[in-house]
Amino acid sequence: MEKKKPAIQERLPFNEPAPCPTVPVPPGPIPAPPPAAPRDQVTLTVDDKTVRVPEGSTLLEACRTLGIDTPTLCYLENLNPVNVCRVCVVELEGSRTLVPACSRRVENGMVIRTDSERVRLSRRMVLEFLASSVNVSTAPELQAYLEQYGGQPERFGPAAPPEAAEEPGTERPAVDCPTDGRTAATVAQPVKIDNDLYIRDYSKCILCYKCVQACGEEAQNTFAIAVAGRGFDSRISTEYSVPLPDSACVYCGNCIGVCPTGALMFKSEYDMREAGTWKESDQERTDTICPYCGVGCTLTLHVQENQIVKVTSPLDQEVTRGHLCIKGRFGWQFVRGKGRKK
Amino acid sequence: MDLHIAGQSPDRDERSAVDSVLGPLQAGKVESYHLQQERPDRSKRHLLLPVLHAINSRVGWISPGALNYACSRLNLPPAEAFGVADFYGLFSMKPRPRAVIHVCDDIACLIRGAPAICEQLAGRLGPPGAAEPSSGLTWLRSPCLGLCERAPAALVSAAGPKPWECALAPARADALLAAADQPEHRPEAPPVPTSRSVPQQGQPGLRLLRRVGRLQPESLKDHLAQGGYEALRRAVELGPERVIREVMDSKLVGRGGAAFPAGRKWEAVYRARSSQPVRYLVCNADESEPGTFKDRVIMEEDPYLLIESMTIAGVATGCERGFLYVRGEYPLAFERLSHAIRQARRHGFLGKRILNLDLSFDIEVRRGAGAYICGEETALFNSIEGYRGEPRNKPPFPTEVGLFGRPTLVNNVETLVNVPGIVLWGGRSFAAVGTPGSTGTKLFCLSGHVGRPGVYEVPFGASLASLLELAGGVGGSGRLQGVLIGGAAGTFLSPRELDTPMTFEGTRAIGAALGSAVVMPFDDSVDLSRILLRIAAFFRDESCGQCVPCRVGTVRQEEALFRLFGGDVQGIGQAPLQLAEIGQVMSDASICGLGHTASSAIQSALARWDEFSGLRQGLNPDH
Amino acid sequence: MGGGTSSYQEIEDSDLILLWGSNARETHPIFFHHVLKGVNRGARLFVIDPRRTSSAQWADGWLGLEVGSDIALSNAMAREILDAGLENRSFIEHATSGFDEYCRSVESYTLERGERETGVPAESIRKLAHEYARADRAELCWTLGITEHHNAVDNVLALINLALLTGHVGKYGSGLNPLRGQNNVQGGGDMGAIPDRLPGFQHVESDELRARFERAWGVEIPPKRGLHLSGMFDAMEEGKLTALYILGENPAVSEADQGRAQRLLGGLECLVVQDLLMTDTAAMADVVLPAAAGWCESDGTVTSSERMVQRVRRALSPPPGVRDDLDILYELARRLGSDWGRPDPKRIWDELRELSPMHRGMSYERLEALEGIRWPCYDESHPGELFLHSRLWQEPLLGPRAPFSPVEFEPPVDELNERFPLRLTTGRRLDSYNTGAQTSSYSSPLRRGESLDLSPEDGERYGVLEGERVKVVSRRGSVIAPVRFDTGLRPGLAFMTLHFPDEVQTNQLTIDAVDPKSGTAEFKASAVRIVKLAASQPG
Repeated sequence: MEKKKPAIQERLPFNEPAPCPTVPVPPGPIPAPPPAAPRDQVTLTVDDKTVRVPEGSTLLEACRTLGIDTPTLCYLENLNPVNVCRVCVVELEGSRTLVPACSRRVENGMVIRTDSERVRLSRRMVLEFLASSVNVSTAPELQAYLEQYGGQPERFGPAAPPEAAEEPGTERPAVDCPTDGRTAATVAQPVKIDNDLYIRDYSKCILCYKCVQACGEEAQNTFAIAVAGRGFDSRISTEYSVPLPDSACVYCGNCIGVCPTGALMFKSEYDMREAGTWKESDQERTDTICPYCGVGCTLTLHVQENQIVKVTSPLDQEVTRGHLCIKGRFGWQFVRGKGRKK
Repeated sequence: MDLHIAGQSPDRDERSAVDSVLGPLQAGKVESYHLQQERPDRSKRHLLLPVLHAINSRVGWISPGALNYACSRLNLPPAEAFGVADFYGLFSMKPRPRAVIHVCDDIACLIRGAPAICEQLAGRLGPPGAAEPSSGLTWLRSPCLGLCERAPAALVSAAGPKPWECALAPARADALLAAADQPEHRPEAPPVPTSRSVPQQGQPGLRLLRRVGRLQPESLKDHLAQGGYEALRRAVELGPERVIREVMDSKLVGRGGAAFPAGRKWEAVYRARSSQPVRYLVCNADESEPGTFKDRVIMEEDPYLLIESMTIAGVATGCERGFLYVRGEYPLAFERLSHAIRQARRHGFLGKRILNLDLSFDIEVRRGAGAYICGEETALFNSIEGYRGEPRNKPPFPTEVGLFGRPTLVNNVETLVNVPGIVLWGGRSFAAVGTPGSTGTKLFCLSGHVGRPGVYEVPFGASLASLLELAGGVGGSGRLQGVLIGGAAGTFLSPRELDTPMTFEGTRAIGAALGSAVVMPFDDSVDLSRILLRIAAFFRDESCGQCVPCRVGTVRQEEALFRLFGGDVQGIGQAPLQLAEIGQVMSDASICGLGHTASSAIQSALARWDEFSGLRQGLNPDH
Repeated sequence: MGGGTSSYQEIEDSDLILLWGSNARETHPIFFHHVLKGVNRGARLFVIDPRRTSSAQWADGWLGLEVGSDIALSNAMAREILDAGLENRSFIEHATSGFDEYCRSVESYTLERGERETGVPAESIRKLAHEYARADRAELCWTLGITEHHNAVDNVLALINLALLTGHVGKYGSGLNPLRGQNNVQGGGDMGAIPDRLPGFQHVESDELRARFERAWGVEIPPKRGLHLSGMFDAMEEGKLTALYILGENPAVSEADQGRAQRLLGGLECLVVQDLLMTDTAAMADVVLPAAAGWCESDGTVTSSERMVQRVRRALSPPPGVRDDLDILYELARRLGSDWGRPDPKRIWDELRELSPMHRGMSYERLEALEGIRWPCYDESHPGELFLHSRLWQEPLLGPRAPFSPVEFEPPVDELNERFPLRLTTGRRLDSYNTGAQTSSYSSPLRRGESLDLSPEDGERYGVLEGERVKVVSRRGSVIAPVRFDTGLRPGLAFMTLHFPDEVQTNQLTIDAVDPKSGTAEFKASAVRIVKLAASQPG
C-alpha cells in the first residue's frame, strides 16, 4: 500500500476576520406574486339552486360550493381530472348524455341535476361494475358509496374463478371465449411482491389512472408505469410487466399516496394486515418535517403502538402537494433500527 | 428526461427496423450521453406508431430490444411505449410466428362461411394464436376486415426483411395456408373485378363512384385526364371564404356517423387562423364499423380523388399539414394512397407552392394498427400523436383543441370526396339532390343476405326496401328475418320497417341512426342470438378500457346476453332488466361514442324480440 | 441574512432555471418536482455540472464543465453579457456598487478562455449567457457543487455577481437559491450555529447586538467569533483544542481526508458525542449521550431552503434511556450549576422571537395555522417574505447598495498530473444520505453499494471491467472499490459517494483543502489514479 501523504501544503489561512456588518438592512415592502388575472363569475343552477362561481371552475366545485355531495373515485385535488370513473356524472339540461362533474367547466345558464333517476342509475351501475369486478375490501370510500346508492354487485353472478382472469393474454377473444354468463369476470390475480417497500395488488385496481399520473408528468416524471392492454384487459403495467426492480421505478411511493383502493400498499401495512395486526383505528397521525434534505417536506407519520407504520404527506401542502421521495416515504426505519439505545 | 432503459439491446434487424423510420443513429447521439449538450428531441413521439409497425413487420412482434431502442431514439419511457403498443390488436407483445392469418369472424363473414374456415385452420394449426413462434405460421380471429361484400374475408401478413400483407376475399382455408406457408413471397391475390365491390360500376348518375373501374388507381395521369385537379383549381379561384360558403350551402353533413354539418367545422377552423396559425386537417379513414367498406373502395379505386379533396379542404381552411389515418387492415388502400401522395408531391400538387401558387399543403399517411376505437376522432388524434388510442373528453371540441392541441378539421373519407363536386357545381346544386335534411348522394354498404353485395350510391331519400331491391333482393333463403343498419353500433329493423327512408331524419324518426350506412339483411335461418353475442364480444374487445361504464359494461352485457340466451343459468329473470340498465349507463355515462352505442344494436333487437324468430332459438346446445 | 431568495412556487413560474452544481433530481427530489412543473410549462432549464446527471437529462442545455472551473464559467458568461450589452444597466446603476471594478475583473475571461478553462464549448457559454440575461424571470439554484470547494464563497459570489449584472434578484421568479442539503442546515444558521453569528444572523462582533443578548441572558458573551469545523480540526492539530462536544455529526466519516480526521479525534482529551445512532464518531467518544430523533421524537422547528420555518412534532416516544436534545442540554446546564427549569420548546422559541427581529412575528400559533412562515417575519401581522431583496427595486433604493464582488478563477487544489490523472468528485444518490447512518436501515431496491463510477472510455483506457474491484489512490490514502460504468461521466472524471463507509471509506481519498471563509472542504475535487488489483488478490 502506498504510503499516506500528508495533506498538501497549499492550505489557505482560515478565520481571516471579515468585517462585521454595521447597520442592519431595512426591510423592503412585503413581496407578493404578480396579481392573477381577474376571473368573471359564472351563474348556473344546480338542483334548482342558483350558484355563482368563478369562471373556469368545474361543476364539481360548483356542487361543493352548494354543499351537494358528489361521489368521486378517480378525482384528486392535486391531479388533473381524467374523468374515467364516471361516478361523478350529473345531468346537464340540453346534453344528450350525462357529463362528468369533475372536469366539466361551468358555463353561464347551465341547468344541472345531481340527484335525478338517471344520475342515480349511472352512479349505482358504475359502483356495481367496480365492486363486481374488483376486490374493494380495502376501499372504504367506494364501499360507502355503494351502500349509499344501493348497489348490489352480486347480482351479476358469482366471481369468475381466478384461472379465468389470470394475467391477460394477447389473444383476441371472440364468440367462443370462455365467458358463458355463469360467472362475472373479475380482475383477480396474485399480489405482486417484488421489493421490500411496497406491494401491488391489481385485483384491487379500479384503473383510476392516478398512479400513472403521479408517476408521470403530474408529479414524479419517472414514467415507470403506464396503462397497457385494452378494454377489460387494461391494466397498470411496467414494460412487459417486468418486476419493479427491473423497471424505471424510483420508489417515491407517490402512486401509493394517490391510490384510492389499497391496490398499492406499503409493504409494512400489507404485512401487518396479513398478520392481522393492522389497527387503523388505533393509529395516530402526526405532521412533521422530513429528516433528510433541506426542501422541508411535510411528513404525516402514521403511528401504531409507538411504531411508524407508514408515511404520507398532505395533499394541500404547498411544498409537497402530497408527493415525497424514497427517503421521506420509506427511510424512517432507522428510528427503530439497531444502533439506537434500548 | 432521465430515461431508464434496461434489459435487452437491439439486434441488427431490430435496429434496422427502427432506423427505417427514424433514419440511422448519428454517432454519439444517444449512447454517449456525456457528449450530448442539449435535450433530445421529444417532439418525435408521433413517430411511435410508424416505428412500431416497422418493428412488428420486421421481427414479427414488438420485442423488448427493439422497443428499448425505439424508446432511446424517441426519448420515450419504455413503460409508456409498451402501453401504446399493447393497445393495438395487430401488434404482438410476445414472440409469434412470422406469418399470421387473420380470419374475419365478424357478423357479415359469420353468416357466410367464416366458421368453416376457422374450423379448418384450427384443425391444421390448433386454436387461434396457439402455434409456437418457431412454427412459422399461426392464425387469429379478427373483427370485421371491411371486405364484407366478398365475405368470408381474411388478411395474411408475413414479417421479415420484405414484409407483406395480403387481403383475400372470398377466402378459402387451403389458399390461406398456401399463402402463409411461403412468407418470403407475396402471394398473387386472384384478381377480383371492381364490379364485385361496385355493382353499379359504369352506370350513369353516379357521383362519388363515377370513376371507379374506369381509371388506373395508381395513375396520376389518369386522374388528370378524367377531370382531376379541376376542382382544386376552381377552389383556388374561389378563395377560402367562398369555398366554405359553398360547403355551407351544400348542407353536407359528416358521413362518418355523427352527421355534423361539415361547413360549420370548416368555418370554425378557418376562423381560428388569427389566434392559432398552426392548424391541422385530419382525414378519418379508420373505417372499422363492422359491415362498412365504402371508404375502402374509394381509397383503393380512386385514391387521387381523396388526395385532391383533402388538398381543397386544407387550402380552404388554411391548414398546411394534413394527416390521413388509414385503418391498419387496409394494406392496399394504404399502398395506393401512399403512392398517390408521392406522385402528387412530385408533380406539384402537394408540398410547397401547390400549382405554382403561394399555397402549401402536404399529407402524411398514418396506419392504424387494429383498434376500432381509433375511428373516434379524439382517439385518432391520440393515436397519431403516439399515445394510446383513448378518446378525450369533449368539450373542448377538435375545432378548438384537436391534433397536437391545435384547432383541427377532421372529416371522414366519404364526406371529403363530396367536396370536389360541391366546389365544381356549387353548394346549391348539391343541396338540390336528396332530401331537405339529407342532401346529396349517399354510399351504402350492402352485405349479408343480399343478392348482389357491394357499395351502392343513391340520392338520399331511397327507402330501405328499394335499397335491398337495388342490390338484388334478400339473399340466403330469400325470407327476411331482419336488417341491421348502421353496423355493430346501429339498429336492427324488422321486415315491417322496410319502408323507412334511409335518410338522417328518416332513421332518426324511428329511433335508429344511419351510422356508417351499413345495410345487412339476415334471412330466417340465422340464429340472431349468435349475431348479438358476436356484437357484444366485438364491443367488449374493442372498448379502450378507459371509462368504467364501457370497460366493465361491455363485459357485463355479454355475460347477461349469455344468461338471456342460455336459459338454464341463474339470474335469467334479471337478464333483460340488467341489459337495459347496462345499456343505459353505457349510453349515458361513457366518455365516447363507442360506449354510447355499444348496446344500441342489442337493445334494438331485444325490443323486436317477438319479430325475430332467430332470437328465440337461443344458443345451440352444441355451443 | 443568508438564505435562498426565492420560494419554490416562483421556480414553477420562472422562465429560465439554472441548476449549478446541483443534481436536484436525486438530492432534492421534491424541489425538482417544482422545477419540472416549470419545465413542463415551458421554462428553459440549464444544468451546469461536470456529470451529465439525471437532472441534466431534463435540461435544454447541459454545460459539462471541468470540476472547479465554475468561476471561469461565470466570469466568461458575465463578460459575454457585457460584450453583448445585455446587462441590466438601470438596475446596476440603481442598486449596486463596484460595477466598474467588476467589469475590469472579468475582462480577461473571453469565451475562448472560458472554453479553455471549463471545457465547455464557447458557443454553449454564449448561449447560456444570452438566455440568462434575456429571460424575464430567471432562477439560479446551486448545491454542494458550488460550495464543496476550497474557494466556496468565491464561487457563490461569482453567481451573485451574475444575478446583479442581470437584475435577476429581488423580483418574483428571479433569485439566488442555495439548496440546503439537510433538513435544518438553514435553521442551524438561523439560530446562530455559525462561528461569527448569534441567532437571527446577528453578528457576534457587534457590541450593540451582543449587548442585547447579554442583557437577556445575563451572561457575558465572548466578543470574538469562534471556529468553524475545519478550523477546529486545525486547532486540534495545533493542540489548542483538546475537548470536543459533538451533537448529531459524524465527522470521523464525513470529514474530508478521513485519516487525518480520525487521528485528530482519537487524540482528543475528551470527546462527547450526542447522537441518536451509535455512529463511528460515537464509538470513539469518552461519553455518548443517546439523543431523541429531532424530527419525530421531539417538538421544535426547522427551516427549509426557501427560508420556511416549519414545526416538527413528536410522534413517537424515544426508546428507554434516550432523551430529547433539550433535556440533555438542560441537564448539562443544571450539572454545571445553572438551573434553567424545565425545557419547553415553545418558551425557547419565544425567547428567540424576543432576540431575533426576523423571527419576531412567528408565534407557534401562526406557524401551526399557516403551516410554516418564511423569514423575515417582523411582527404578527407580517406574512413572511415570499422572496428577499425586494428593497433593491424600490425608488428610491432602500438601504445599502448590493456590492459586486470580483473573484478570480483558481483551479482545484489537488492537482491532476501523470501520477494522479483522474478527477474524482463526490455526491449523493437518490436513495441514500450522507454517511448512510440513517438510510442504511431501510431496504432500498435501488441500492447497489459503493462503486467507483467511470466513463466506459476510461474503463477501456485503464483496462478495467464493470464490477472489477480496483484500488483507488489519492495523495492522502487509498480504498478498494468495484468499478461501475456511467455514460453520464466523461473521460477523466470519476465519481463516488460517501454513503457506504462500511464498504468503502471514500473520504480517505478526499482533500481537506478548506475554503477560508466558510470552512468547507473541497470534497468535489480530488486527484486519483486507478491501480488494478493482482488477479490473485482476494476481491
